[in-house]
Amino acid sequence: MNFSPLSRLAAATLAALALAGSAAAKSVELLNVSYDPTRELYVEFNTAFAAHWKAKTGDDVIVKQSHGGSGKQARSVIDGLRADVVTLALAGDIDAIAKNSEALPADWQTRLPHNSAPYTSTIVFLVRKGNPKGIKDWDDIVKPGVSIITPNPKTSGGARWNYLAAWEFAKRKFGSDDAAKAFVAKLFKNVPVLDSGARGATTTFVQRGIGDVFLSWENEAFLAVKEFGSDQFEIVVPSLSILAEPPVAVVDKVAKRKGTTEVAKAYLEYLYSDEGQDIAGKNFYRPIDPKFAAKYAAQFTKVELFTIDQAFGGWAKAQKEHFDDGGTFDQIYLKN
Amino acid sequence: MASAVSSLTRSNGPVARPLATRDATWLRYTLTALGLGFLALFLLLPLVAVFTEALRRGLGAYFAALNDPDGLHALKLTLLTAGLAVPANLVFGVAAAWCIAKFTFPGKSLLITLIDLPFAVSPVISGLIYVLLFGAQGWYGHYLDADQPWLPGLQAWLIEQDFKIIFAVPGIVLATTFVTFPFIARELIPLMQTQGNDEEYAAITLGANGWQTFWKVTLPNIKWGLFYGVILCNARAMGEFGAVSVVSGHIRGETNTLPLHVEILYNEYQFVGAFAAASILALLALVTLVLKSLVEWAHARRHA
Repeated sequence: MNFSPLSRLAAATLAALALAGSAAAKSVELLNVSYDPTRELYVEFNTAFAAHWKAKTGDDVIVKQSHGGSGKQARSVIDGLRADVVTLALAGDIDAIAKNSEALPADWQTRLPHNSAPYTSTIVFLVRKGNPKGIKDWDDIVKPGVSIITPNPKTSGGARWNYLAAWEFAKRKFGSDDAAKAFVAKLFKNVPVLDSGARGATTTFVQRGIGDVFLSWENEAFLAVKEFGSDQFEIVVPSLSILAEPPVAVVDKVAKRKGTTEVAKAYLEYLYSDEGQDIAGKNFYRPIDPKFAAKYAAQFTKVELFTIDQAFGGWAKAQKEHFDDGGTFDQIYLKN
Repeated sequence: MASAVSSLTRSNGPVARPLATRDATWLRYTLTALGLGFLALFLLLPLVAVFTEALRRGLGAYFAALNDPDGLHALKLTLLTAGLAVPANLVFGVAAAWCIAKFTFPGKSLLITLIDLPFAVSPVISGLIYVLLFGAQGWYGHYLDADQPWLPGLQAWLIEQDFKIIFAVPGIVLATTFVTFPFIARELIPLMQTQGNDEEYAAITLGANGWQTFWKVTLPNIKWGLFYGVILCNARAMGEFGAVSVVSGHIRGETNTLPLHVEILYNEYQFVGAFAAASILALLALVTLVLKSLVEWAHARRHA
């Protein structure tokens, strides 16, 4: 008698755990681990893909989402978050998964067209209405008294893209890596808070009203303007920015274990289809398909874009030089 | 009664008031206003703000926001987590408090320190402990990947069941249990130490065995403290953010608890939804507080 509440509890615990474990087995379920600003994109895309897959195979597919700073998300996948597909902010983060967990091959980026990036984006400035600080280009934001919002390059993909964009701008303007480093150091001196992901940083700028300029993903800036109205914010496009290629990949080891390889592949390929490209454009990503790039060209300002391969010799090199422990970011940020 | 007192004082003529109430009127009122103002500003106002924001677009929008499947799932997961973590801590907490308060043994102060550990470390660290232990790069992950594991049958079964610990429900329950562990034990230890062992000695002298002593003597004595501990433990278990955030993996409709869900909705500009979910958490907290007051009231009445 005295034990019965305990044993009932134990039974309930086991039942609950078993339920949690077996619920996934019934229908095809994918987990897409993504970075921060893609929330709205994948809500729309997942619905479209589910309809497409149902029509094609008759199976129901439910795509579950997880969002966070790109580097943090990669870390979770390495630590065992069972992502069938990862759609992260930069190739370096998927490289990290390949390197640290061997869950996908090192040459994953060659498996899908266009470096496995079905859409591209870039870094722009979001400023408050009327641009009170008169910000037009990168050298305006490092002026004293301008408060800059950017997420933490250690955890956020977007922040790494804007770090490199600032670096390259300064390098071209002042002619040396040392000058670029001094420039970026000055930039980070003006940053009052480092959020861990792009969306947190957006909230800091938009909701909490901190900062004069927000170094933002282009799509994130458009979304903020759309949500809060153009009477509050303006987008400023600098003279030079970086071509950000957020890549996608199937996590082979997880998909194989869960038996979802086929649908996971189809999911990513569908991003390249007409419908996938259209949805990307609608959500302010730049479609790579020329047809849809033309369709959405009007919404994006023309800007000179450079690629990471041209300027920094690829992600592996850039990551090592700038963002790994002891890299330039640590050097300038710790000095502050 | 108040009138009786005042008439008494009046009949006795001017009586020196106690020192504590002899301060100038303006000072007393200022201090009281300051105290109440502080309470209103820091406790009442945020609570009101949560409900105003949640109801900003009317009751219809409020209930529509609550009816979101991911939100309902988050609520269920939160209740399940609390429903598992609190009973676990009830058993462990009583056992630990019983050991510490009723017996002397080597390493006792070490045990007390260990029980306080979850209070001392940041919840983020509590979460990371489990990632390190049960992550793909941790012990559990290595066990699943091992070529020659001990108990090969267990490994095969775990893989077949796709049994996940972190980034799944078990990890969330573990992290919550860890973070909320001290509440019940810490509530009971001082109480049981004050009560001493006399009644237990008497029971044993009269022929009661261990279980009888526990159920008939010890438990009734600590009942109220236990209720109080359970309520506090439950409040924290439902509200825990940091540790759960680390082990959750943030999968919508699967591993998001209510506090995590609030953050997600807020970050997606769905303010009504975020505050509606927050209001549910606030309501759960209010229920907890009412229960707590009831327990205190009942306790005070018994001892009056």
